[in-house]
Formats: sequence, C-alpha cells, structure tokens
Amino acid sequence: MNTRRVVITGMGVVAPNGTNVSEFGLALKKGRSGIRLIEQLKELQFSCQIAGLPIYKKDYLTNYFNTVQLRGLNASGMEYGVIAGSDAWTDAGLSTNTSDTPLWDIGVIFGTGILGVDKFREAIYKVDEGKVRRLGSTTVIQTMASGISAFLGGIIGCGNIVTTNSSACCTGTEAIIMAYERISSGRAEIILAGSTSDSGPYVWGGFDAMRILPHKYNNNPTEASRPMSATANGFVPGSGAGALVVESLESAKKRGATIYAEILGGHVNSGGQRNGGSMTAPNSKAVIRCIQQAVKNAKIESKDIDAINGHLTATNMDSTEIQNWSQALGRKGTDFPYINSLKSLVGHCLAASGSIESVATVLQLKENFIFGNINCEDLHPEIGSLVSRDQIPTKTLEISPNIIAKASFGFGDVNACVIFKKY
Amino acid sequence: MTKEELLSKLKIIITPYVQNQEELDTLTEETDFIKDLEINSANLVDVVLDVEDEFDIEIDNDAMEKMLTVKASIEVIESKLAEK
Repeated sequence: MNTRRVVITGMGVVAPNGTNVSEFGLALKKGRSGIRLIEQLKELQFSCQIAGLPIYKKDYLTNYFNTVQLRGLNASGMEYGVIAGSDAWTDAGLSTNTSDTPLWDIGVIFGTGILGVDKFREAIYKVDEGKVRRLGSTTVIQTMASGISAFLGGIIGCGNIVTTNSSACCTGTEAIIMAYERISSGRAEIILAGSTSDSGPYVWGGFDAMRILPHKYNNNPTEASRPMSATANGFVPGSGAGALVVESLESAKKRGATIYAEILGGHVNSGGQRNGGSMTAPNSKAVIRCIQQAVKNAKIESKDIDAINGHLTATNMDSTEIQNWSQALGRKGTDFPYINSLKSLVGHCLAASGSIESVATVLQLKENFIFGNINCEDLHPEIGSLVSRDQIPTKTLEISPNIIAKASFGFGDVNACVIFKKY
Repeated sequence: MTKEELLSKLKIIITPYVQNQEELDTLTEETDFIKDLEINSANLVDVVLDVEDEFDIEIDNDAMEKMLTVKASIEVIESKLAEK
C-alpha cells in the first residue's frame, strides 16, 4: 500500500555530456552530445568505435576518495557511482553520520550490471601469473556488484537497506521504484537510489559482437545515436551514473529540504520471454501492462501525462515502443504526450541509463523544459503515423510539464515505469 | 566445394538454432532464417561465427547483414571462399 508521499530532494549525475547536475542540465537544454570517438576501441578493432564516456581529470577524484581508497582504484563504475551518489547527498543538504550509531531509517539502493571490470581483468592476469598474493585488499570490494552500494552506505553511515539491484537496462529505474516502495510503506525515511555502469571495451565488447551497435558513424560520432529516426541503426554504448535522494515528504518538510519533484508511483514487471519476448526483445503485452500498472499505482489517469521519457535506444524496436506507449495510454496523434530520449545525447548508459535519464526527467519538471531529441529530423514513418511530429521536439521547449512518465526496458524481458510529478 | 556440399554444411550449422523443425526439413534456397526457421535474431551472429569456423573465412559487417536467407548466405560464403 502507498500510504506516504515520497519526494526527491537531491540529485547527482556523471554523464557523458556533463559530470554534475548543472552542467548536465545545460547540455540537455542545448542538445549537447557526449558521444565521441574512443581511440582504444579503434585500436582494438571494434566495429563501433564511439561511445558515451564521462570526462573528468583524475585528480577530481580526490574530492570523493581518500588516498588509501584511491590506491589501486581501477573501477570506473565505482568512480561514477561514488561521485554521483556523494553529490546527490550533498545536494540534498544531508551530512554523513559522525556518530557510532547507524542511521536506521536511511539506506542505499544503488544498482549496476557489473562492477570493476578493469579491476577484474587486472586480477585475472595476476592470478594466471601465479601472483594471487599481489591482488591486495581492494580486488573484492571493487569487483563485487554491491561494492557501490556498500561504499556509499559506508560513507553515509546507513542502517537501513544497503543493496545493489541488477536488471540490465531497467536497473536505475527499478532502484528508484524500490526506494519509493520502501519509503511509501514506512520502512525507511531516506534512500539514496541510483545506478552506475562501467565504461570500456570489456563492457561494450559483448554488444559490439552482437552487432547491435552502429558501425557507420565512427567519423561523425554525435550523429550516431538516432532514437526514433528512420535511419536509426543500433544503440551507442554509454556509461556513467545517476543518483537521486528519495525521501518521505514528512522527512523532507521537517528538515526544510528543497524538493525537486514527487514520485507518484511506479511498476516493475517481466514479459516472461513469452509472446515475442526473449532474452533480448520485449513482450509488448508486458510493456503495456507495466505502463498501465504504473499509471494506476500513481493514482492518475493516462490523460494526465504531459511527457514521456522513453527507453528508445535507436534500434528497430523504437517503433514498437511508441506503439506500446500509444496503446497503453490510449493516446495518439496530437493527443500523444511529448516524448524524448536522452540516448540521442549520451548513448545507452546500460545499467546507469534509468537513473541518468530519471535525473534528466526530474530536471525537466523542476526547471520547466522538455529537452529536444537530436538526430531524429528524419522521423521513422511508423512513428510518424502514430504520433504528431510536434510531440517529438528536435529543439528544447520552454514549457512546464506537470507529470512525466519514465520507462526502461531491459535484456531478460524486464520492464520498469515510474511516474514523476512537479512539486 | 559444390553448392550441395555447401548447403548441407550450412544446414548442420543452423540446426541447433532453428525453432521451426518442419521448415528445416523442407529447406530451400528461399528459406528465411528468421521468418521461416524462426531463429532468434540475436543468434544470427552465432550462426555467422560458426560459418567462419567451418569454412575458415572472415565475414565483415556488411556481408553479415545480408545473411538472412539460405541463398544470401551461400552467396556470401562462396564469395569469401573465392577471395581466399
């Protein structure tokens, strides 16, 4: 039962087009892409040699890690997650626990698909050389999936749930819904929710091998990610982290926190890899059900939705997704909500996509805009036949959306949809 | 290698991925991997890797994108074999 209202009081982000919330917000409004050529992928003969990679100087990390923690740190997902998580915490006006008693009502749900791939590679080489003794103390904590939630939970001093969820590209959105459910049911007051995804060839290689990444844009990277376009031909791999401080309205009011938006509800489900669903493709029935259940859980009507932040990865599944939204909400043409996809600007940040895209979604509510989609001037005809062109802006619109639905769909035929409202 | 030999080798390669057994039994050049044999599209890359191993050839992205039917696959394999 949803018994208590839940809000967002802080955000942090490490995205390919901005490594803090203000820079990221500006990039959204200006349509600035974070997709670039990655020399390493070229050297390794990848078909797709471009990616969305967050850029910062190594010494930036000294703001977040102490010298001991920095020694042997070789886990990009850990870096992104700790930066985004710490920034969100500070942004919420919260401090870390200086007492000996854990904060029993505060937790962390921070997901990932896989953590510390580069660290794991390093460990494999050492083990194979018979040098297991040389692994040091940090291999386990940088490569266990829950390393990121454990690290953040330790910084804050949490005593509530501290866990890492994993559901492929649903991970980030799912984390926010899990946090919402726990707080609304009164089992926690504040949860740092989010997700992170490592970067690099060992994460992206598997997707390159599946030939689902675009390979004809190595010379013009910013044009490669083309959600909803007739010429979309695969998703650009990305990486980064997004973090949101999810809090009971009661707690937020008590401490006079700035409120970014309210979470009205959400839903998570699976298509069972039946009815056209598979390990890699969604069962449309389940997608439609997930959206409808989220709307129901949020206690709104589908007509109340002003905008959608889609999953929309820039594959031939984009049309199917639009069809599913249209059917789920019973809306089409000029009545269809505004829709955008962050992936046109940053690529598909995999496990981090849901949380980074949720940060983008919430920013739109707080700062009154709908960011434009780049690279879809040539709208896919199947999408054009369902949705009026005006609802798919190519430039940022200065309007004030009240309710935005955000969904993510992942390998394994899993779905997540969350409903945010202006507060 | 004759076309018949090539076809029989290809048939052995695709068999484990096929979900429609009847279509496999009546395989022709026109048979479509996804529509007729109901091979999961994600598995097409595995078919290509198996083809590369079997014939000791390398299939580039553009060639691979064509390999959606028996006929097109045989053409790609023949041209790659000729390049060797």
